[in-house]
Amino acid sequence: MAQKVIAGVTVDVNEEGYFTNPAQWTKDLALAIATEEGIALTDKHFAVLEFLRERFSKGEALTIRSVGNSGIIDIKGFYGLFPGAPMKKAAKVAGIPKPASCV
Amino acid sequence: MASEEFPLKKVCIICAKGTIEDVYAALVMSNGAVMEGIETKIFFTFFGLDAITKKTMNSLHTGTVGNPAMRMPGGLPFPTILGVIPGVESGVSAMMRSQMEKLDIPPVTEFLEMIEAGGGEVYACKLAMDMFKLKKEDLWDGVKAVLTVGQFYEMCGGLQTQIIFT
Repeated sequence: MAQKVIAGVTVDVNEEGYFTNPAQWTKDLALAIATEEGIALTDKHFAVLEFLRERFSKGEALTIRSVGNSGIIDIKGFYGLFPGAPMKKAAKVAGIPKPASCV
Repeated sequence: MASEEFPLKKVCIICAKGTIEDVYAALVMSNGAVMEGIETKIFFTFFGLDAITKKTMNSLHTGTVGNPAMRMPGGLPFPTILGVIPGVESGVSAMMRSQMEKLDIPPVTEFLEMIEAGGGEVYACKLAMDMFKLKKEDLWDGVKAVLTVGQFYEMCGGLQTQIIFT
């Protein structure tokens, strides 16, 4: 298993940089990873990250539609927060594995 | 030539059929591309136009006749003769739609809205619209334009671009 030092902390990641142990995640780490991805995190970002982490911990599928129905943000806004590939980027910043969902 | 070195930048997806499975193949691939940050254009033509026609888009059917892969719930083969009974096609189609809902696969309109929200573009084929006597106002409001095939090809240029016919 690969490890990576982010903001002075050693965390377990896979070869693509996704956390393999979500319990190691902290807000400071999220800020550091987001900076690497070129994103400055706001409270809105954190609300989405917490939502994704909670869904993941319950074993629910991480779909873009579920984010849109979360009441936190609509889908267009989600694309705005994490430009390009929002699900993948958000999962990486949220310290959870890469989403395995097709929708 | 490694695929990491030349990742897809644009996909142009053509949907020419109007059954649930054909339309969703195009929608899932389009939405998946948008989610990956790939520029996405979908072109609906012939019976595929049903997927972007207001009147038909949320009540698409699957064919219950002449589909050897069709199964009963439980896995037994679905006899073609059952498929011709009035109402069976509607029932099977409604069942399929509810199964998809359980997997968080949205109805057609919502799916198109998701694709649009991510920057995907939806187009309709002029020739097929003339054939089916459809007007722009009959179509879903998110349809960006009605195009000739030549105009569509003009949009499909560029390196690392694929045209996909579902």
